[in-house]
Amino acid sequence: MTIGIAVVAALAVGVAAGWWLPPHGRRPAVVTGPAVRRILLPFAGASISRRALEAAIRLAKAENAVIMPAFLARVPRRLPLDAPLSMQCERGIPVLEAITQRATAQGVVVDSRVARGRSYRDALEHLLDEEQFDRIIVSATANPHTGLSKRDLEWLLERVPAEVLILRPAPADERRISAAGVIGHF
Amino acid sequence: MTGGQRGRYTIYLGMAAGVGKTYRMLQEGLARAEAGEDVAIGFLETHGRADTAALADGLERLPRRRVTYRDTVLEELDLPAILGRAPEVCLIDELAHTNAPGVGHHKRYEDIDEVLGAGIEVLSTVNVQHLESLNDRIAELSGVRVRETVPDNVLGRADQVVLIDLTPEALLERLRAGKVYPTERVDAALNGFFRIENLMALREVALRQVAEEVESRRLTTEIVGTREETLAEEASQAFGERLLALVEPYPGSQPLVRRAWRSAQRLGASLDLLWVKPPGRSPTAEQERALGALRQLASVLGAHLLVEESDDVPGAVAAVARRRGSTYILLGPGAPRRGLARLRTPLPQRLMELLPGVDVRIVAARSPRVKEDR
Repeated sequence: MTIGIAVVAALAVGVAAGWWLPPHGRRPAVVTGPAVRRILLPFAGASISRRALEAAIRLAKAENAVIMPAFLARVPRRLPLDAPLSMQCERGIPVLEAITQRATAQGVVVDSRVARGRSYRDALEHLLDEEQFDRIIVSATANPHTGLSKRDLEWLLERVPAEVLILRPAPADERRISAAGVIGHF
Repeated sequence: MTGGQRGRYTIYLGMAAGVGKTYRMLQEGLARAEAGEDVAIGFLETHGRADTAALADGLERLPRRRVTYRDTVLEELDLPAILGRAPEVCLIDELAHTNAPGVGHHKRYEDIDEVLGAGIEVLSTVNVQHLESLNDRIAELSGVRVRETVPDNVLGRADQVVLIDLTPEALLERLRAGKVYPTERVDAALNGFFRIENLMALREVALRQVAEEVESRRLTTEIVGTREETLAEEASQAFGERLLALVEPYPGSQPLVRRAWRSAQRLGASLDLLWVKPPGRSPTAEQERALGALRQLASVLGAHLLVEESDDVPGAVAAVARRRGSTYILLGPGAPRRGLARLRTPLPQRLMELLPGVDVRIVAARSPRVKEDR
């Protein structure tokens, strides 16, 4: 008799749990609390160094951190600072999508950003003012049109109250993540 | 010349200087002249390009009008000379040009209008950055605001728009070879406007512009001689798409916003983002942060972020969609439903019931397997 009641009770608990829990797998990962470590990954232009992204993903996995890829957009002097920048977004937004897809596929949570400024440094400064993060990963580049210059990097080292990881230029930087890396229709 | 009838108008459109618009226009003029038509050059701008100048040698050039402005002698299109000569086909380069003060019309495309009105066929050229609606975007892209703009409907008035397409790589090769600008200007051009990413974006804009032009013409053609008002209304609706994306202040909303923006770009539509906030609950610090990021993203993309407080999500969405005239609603797949929530009608279905005629699209959360780099 007691065994029967126990079996019925167990079944009832099982049915209730099955009813209550979501039908498929775990709930999506949610970023909560200030304790989550954040890795900022700023980029400009139409691509990002694959090496920089891989470094960010590796660190994020090791530290259970969130990656914050940030697209830096430059607002020409003739336009107001809050002007929409659709042409630059056409280049940068697909890169954010490609980064999100790659990182998510490896189980890393992504929380992306877009920042504007009169220069890439200015855009980054706005971002630094508004966001908190523990680490920043940047690639050094000789081309001022595609990212932060040497002087910007020096400024970054002085300005950022977080660990800065600067990847020195390398032949592997030719391998880049761009809009072409977006999987599926976008 | 066809008496009383307006002349045919062909515009050669390019993404930038040097793609070969003028050259192509001259080739067409020569071919027409060889076929026995009366062709004359009303105005030609060779920019010192020897190939272009050589090609023009085979055609009659009409005199230019000389105008003195601030002690400088400027050469402009001589409209009375063209109208007096009245060729069957007239080649007039750079329709976006602004005439010197004192010349009859302010802009060259207005001169062209008069030439067309005289029944003369016109072949002309323009770069995509001169179109008014694209001016801000081009300024954003290149940092250079083009002063010589033309209304977009100038393209609409043409009987034919011919896109002169060249890959950015090929254009840069021409530039380096000194075929576009004199050697001393090449470095400045390569470091300024003629950067590959600029050219790629401009090319995309030019291709899209022509595609939209073709679509617009198709709809206009359908309107003529049929149920004019109904089709005109349908045509205007086809161009008046408005997307509404349902978001929540958490990082997972950003891919949905990006996808919605991309769709809006393709449709030439406006984009609204809507968060239906549960009443009486203050956002957490994390939600505030995510909301700030969404606001920034919306602003950069030119979208509008709306926040409505309601515990009836479908009702609030439907009200906003009606108010904003939304034609598409985009939403994420949503969290798995639990408990009694499973008995409720799913949100997409409720929206379809409440908003007949509005497309509802569920944007998949993609978590692809890692592919090797392309």
